[in-house]
Amino acid sequence: MKIKIVRFDIHKQPQQKEFEYEVSHSRLSDALHEIKTKQDNSLTFRQGCGSGVCGSCAVRVNGVERLACKTHINEHDLVEPLNYARVIRDLVVDLSQQEKFLNQAKAYLHEYHATLIGKKDEQAIDVQSNCILCQSCLSSCPVYEVNEDFLGPYVLTRVLRYVNDKKEKNSAEKLASIQSNGIWDCTLCGNCTMVCPQFIDPKTDILNLRTKSYQNGYTDPSLSMNNGFDTSFGNGDFGFNPNGF
Amino acid sequence: MRDVIIVGSGGAGLSAAIHAKKAGLDVLVVSKTYPTHSQTSQAQGGINAVLNQKDSTEKHAADTLKSSHGLGNQYVIQHMCENAKATIEWLDELGVPFTRDESFMIDQRKMGGASFARVCYSSDYTGLKILHTLYDTCLKESIDFLHEHMLLNFIVENKKVIGITALDICKGEVKELLAKRVIVATGGYISLYNGFNTNSKATTGDGIAAALRAGAKVSNMEFVQFHPTAIKGANVLISESARGEGGYIVDEEGNRFIDELKPRDEVARAIYEKIQNNHEVFLDVRHLGLDKINQAIPQERRLAMDFAKVKLEEELLSINPAAHYCMGGICVNENAQTTLENLYACGECAQTNVHGANRLGGNSLLEIITFGQIAALHCVNELKNSTIKKTTPTQQFLNDKAFIEQVYSFPNQIDFYAQKEFMGKIFFRNVGLFRNDLNMKAVLSQIRQWQKEFAFMGIGDKSKLYNQNLVEFIEFGNMLELSEVVVISAISRCESRGAHFRSDHPFEVEDFAKNSMAYKHEGILAVDFEGNKDEN
Repeated sequence: MKIKIVRFDIHKQPQQKEFEYEVSHSRLSDALHEIKTKQDNSLTFRQGCGSGVCGSCAVRVNGVERLACKTHINEHDLVEPLNYARVIRDLVVDLSQQEKFLNQAKAYLHEYHATLIGKKDEQAIDVQSNCILCQSCLSSCPVYEVNEDFLGPYVLTRVLRYVNDKKEKNSAEKLASIQSNGIWDCTLCGNCTMVCPQFIDPKTDILNLRTKSYQNGYTDPSLSMNNGFDTSFGNGDFGFNPNGF
Repeated sequence: MRDVIIVGSGGAGLSAAIHAKKAGLDVLVVSKTYPTHSQTSQAQGGINAVLNQKDSTEKHAADTLKSSHGLGNQYVIQHMCENAKATIEWLDELGVPFTRDESFMIDQRKMGGASFARVCYSSDYTGLKILHTLYDTCLKESIDFLHEHMLLNFIVENKKVIGITALDICKGEVKELLAKRVIVATGGYISLYNGFNTNSKATTGDGIAAALRAGAKVSNMEFVQFHPTAIKGANVLISESARGEGGYIVDEEGNRFIDELKPRDEVARAIYEKIQNNHEVFLDVRHLGLDKINQAIPQERRLAMDFAKVKLEEELLSINPAAHYCMGGICVNENAQTTLENLYACGECAQTNVHGANRLGGNSLLEIITFGQIAALHCVNELKNSTIKKTTPTQQFLNDKAFIEQVYSFPNQIDFYAQKEFMGKIFFRNVGLFRNDLNMKAVLSQIRQWQKEFAFMGIGDKSKLYNQNLVEFIEFGNMLELSEVVVISAISRCESRGAHFRSDHPFEVEDFAKNSMAYKHEGILAVDFEGNKDEN
């Protein structure tokens, strides 16, 4: 089976070039390993647990974000690095924005307060806390494409995970931190939800954060700019909805 | 000059980092990967603690000691078990979403070898959720990280560790990083079983190999745990919780042939024997029903789908045992201090005298969090009046810089990837679930051959920039170092104990109720056996 890989080397001209390889493994991570160990030692990619939880191997296959370890490839598939991040080499991208955004959004338990936690409370943050920080959602995000300061889907999901955590005494700072370049900038296209390998739904999480923001006295800045013209904007009933609800 | 450098950013490293930072130390975490890419993310089952009044820390300690087959240290184990409740509370307060029961308490379930249901869990993503919560907390505490920096060596001057040398993977540069104390938390060496293990490809024992080179003692390296249930071929782990929740192990005729809740080594050997006799072995959880599967082991259901295309509620899942966990590591005392001054070790890279010859399910997460804390707090105490003279550049830095430059001109006549693959095969077959003297000596001579050939291997990728080929070559060097220790320790232990099973010595021998100790003496590897401190 043949696959194509878009490779990048800052010291070469052209820096980015498409290469074709013959592989025998059908799992993408195995195929990449096969190329590296048997054909070209210089093919560069991240890999880790091989079981879909370490989040290190996300790439794009035919334009869609996938974990290499969980992807079975087909003839002529095109493998590329994630979008909207500086490519360091081949399929390895710079991840330094992760810490910056998580810090900015204060995505952690700010102040613990002792309280009874029940099954429902814990289940309310169960899916959101399954995030593996693979960056797939950010790479699929058209808002991040045009605004590099946009916090992005996984950061906002992580904020909701702590806002909804009953142990959190003070979520006000977190809500304040996601007002600009955050929840209101999202177009609700749902790409993030579609590509998440952990079945997290950042789009709905962002809608939930908007509701919580309204309840805390924040308003959609685009509404005030439009003088209330576009009243459907904050209701969350527009945009592509891949889950069909 | 930092107060403390922590090498490794899994559960143990981050636990140490948070405790050290909160106590006011200047902390730097240096890691080969990003924190959330660490092996800890794969721990599914849970973390042990006595929370129920009907249970007791004495029972927890007794179970741990029993599983260790006489090698665990009573004092260390008791201390860990007594602190387990506080450890869980600490994690809970940081935000780890432990699964609750109907009465608002942290839910617990039973794992193999345990006398009580004492494993706390977060669905079956316990390790992932603990690791990510620790990472979030590190960001909150503004802990400094150096990501994708690979440990090369410890810098030792006047028999004291004063820092590390590391390869900046992105830039291809060697750096020296000095600190008053170094805590190593780089994980296990299961990649020796390359292709036959459930772990991350990054678990190549770099910290243990570096400690050995620096003169530290390593201990119990022959004890490697094999997990009974990995998806056949893909070697993706199916958590013990699948059996804990009532899953069966069956042969192709549907017959159960082993008590599924026996210790892992016994279950794994029974499965391996079946497979050796040309049977196929399956995990059967169909009787639990879809609802129970979705509620209790959702990740296992997903893994079976993704990696074997099997629906657990309807079909049998074909399984095999796979190397899973290293009980051995850098020898440390109850304060997590190694035998080298100013060097601490915690996590899977450390031999803390908790697991002995076999580890209980649910004790590894507990151990990494506990000993991360112990190492950090001991550093805090020690550092109150500590200064270190520094002379840079150090000789170690100059040596390592020269070595990395040299690697680029190694002839690359022998493909190390092919040797690495072969190493995995001969390790799994001969230093695996069943071992004997003759086969292991054959493996040893192969390792010695590779050690001689190392300089004839090399890298095909000559780039300085993010050279994964170079990283994997250095890892292979570490693997060559550690494989020798594992085999010699396993050959020297002429008995069967816990995870170490010798076909030619199938019984426990009282004289070997001791920890193996390996160290380099003038460049030569030596292995002794030492009794526990309790007995000395």
